[in-house]
Amino acid sequence: MNSSLQFISTFWSSSIGKKIVVAITGLILTLFLAGHLSGNMLIFVGEHAFNEYAYFLHHMLHGAGVWIARIVLLTALVLHVVGTVQLTKMNRAAGQSYNTDGTQRSSFSSKIMIWSGLTILAFIVYHILHYTARVGNEFNNPEKYEIMLDGHVAHNAYKMVIDGFSWLPASIFYIIAVTLLCSHLSHGVASIFQTLGLRTNKTEKLINTGAQVYSILIWVGFVSIPVSVLLHLVK
Amino acid sequence: MSTLNLTLKIWRQAGPEAEGKIETRKAQNIPIEASFLEMLDIVNQQIIETGGDPIHFDHDCREGICGMCSLTINGVPHSKEVGTTTCQVHMRKFNDGDTIFIEPFRANAFPVLKDLVTDRTAFDRIIASGGYIDVRTGSAPDANSVPIPKEQADWAFDAATCIGCGACVASCKNSSAMLFVSAKAAHLNSLPQGQPEKDKRVLSMVRQMDAEGFGNCTNQYECEAACPKLISADNIAKLNRDFAIASVKEAVAMV
Ligand code: SF4
Ligand code: FES
Repeated sequence: MNSSLQFISTFWSSSIGKKIVVAITGLILTLFLAGHLSGNMLIFVGEHAFNEYAYFLHHMLHGAGVWIARIVLLTALVLHVVGTVQLTKMNRAAGQSYNTDGTQRSSFSSKIMIWSGLTILAFIVYHILHYTARVGNEFNNPEKYEIMLDGHVAHNAYKMVIDGFSWLPASIFYIIAVTLLCSHLSHGVASIFQTLGLRTNKTEKLINTGAQVYSILIWVGFVSIPVSVLLHLVK
Repeated sequence: MSTLNLTLKIWRQAGPEAEGKIETRKAQNIPIEASFLEMLDIVNQQIIETGGDPIHFDHDCREGICGMCSLTINGVPHSKEVGTTTCQVHMRKFNDGDTIFIEPFRANAFPVLKDLVTDRTAFDRIIASGGYIDVRTGSAPDANSVPIPKEQADWAFDAATCIGCGACVASCKNSSAMLFVSAKAAHLNSLPQGQPEKDKRVLSMVRQMDAEGFGNCTNQYECEAACPKLISADNIAKLNRDFAIASVKEAVAMV
């Protein structure tokens, strides 16, 4: 027991160890995004399909499934944020700047990782309060959002999403956050491979292109929802 | 013979504790055949003749093999020429009337000693921590007495071309030494002679690197662009992988 604790602490306090934790948690969060997006796309299939999916998520493994997912994701998120904030602090402390900027290769996205990341963090808090905890809105009001779905009482998640995005400021913040998420992923996804030691000069191009394509798909997918709501394409 | 008239903006710092500043100085009648360091020699000669304190900079072989020369030229270590050390940069790459910023390699782990001279002994301590193999000394073994596949030998050789100059650290936004450490580790780790101590080497070199106060790699590959020996960031991926494996093995051994 003692030695495994010691291993965790040595690993976490080493530069590469912490980066590996950031990469693995980043991978978990990246895969979650793909799942989250595919589920959300059901909104374009229709009200019934979307509400059924929401019902399924909340009743998977007798309701334990959603909590397992939440705990795993929250742990990954906390480790990812704490790790990157600590690494960024160390990096700032290690360097000095020049009187002329000699940047040759760093992408714009790679330079704003900490800022895109922290904005996404703020967005996640807002997003959970908005649609999961449903604070400061009526989404928990059974009179407005309770429906009968295939013979059982269910939450009208479809109506909640439409009502939520009909408020312009919410949609704007959402689109900004997803845009920064796209930037964050374009550098982050490729970095996962490098940090886990899975990149070589032969796979470099493929990995970079893959990361770009993935982040663009995520952007198009998530942005399509508030845009469609605002344009009354889904109602 | 064509010559150049230049304006130099040079970092001057009297000592490690002294406050440094950028000094502006004219460099006149510089022959285009001169190397960058010869240009500084000419300027220094003028400074010496007028009784001033010459500009201190590091150099040794002046043929791109020792890793002693440093400097950033317009913010880029060893200049923006690809695969070139400062000593191999020639003045024909500049135009008459140019203003050139000359600063030391900047990183807290490389403190400035004087002007453009920095203390890069942190690299020596990283090497001393594991960048070697334990062998019985004696006469050199016969060539090819240890068979090594060609691909592996090439990989090891490419990594071994690192001259330990520190440009990777100086160009990195985080002052990370990962390119240097990964090249030195990969050189020995990819050869049969380096296998017995591979895990120990990886763990000690990374730990020493952390202890020296270098930053953490964020995969922006500025180092690869600045490296005069074109060391590949693939070595960094390999070091990350080897470190993970060595850490797990160490943990298992502890239990
Ligand atoms: S990796 Fe390249 S830049 Fe870094 S020390 Fe070696 S030769 Fe110099
Ligand atoms: S002086 Fe030896 S490499 Fe430049």
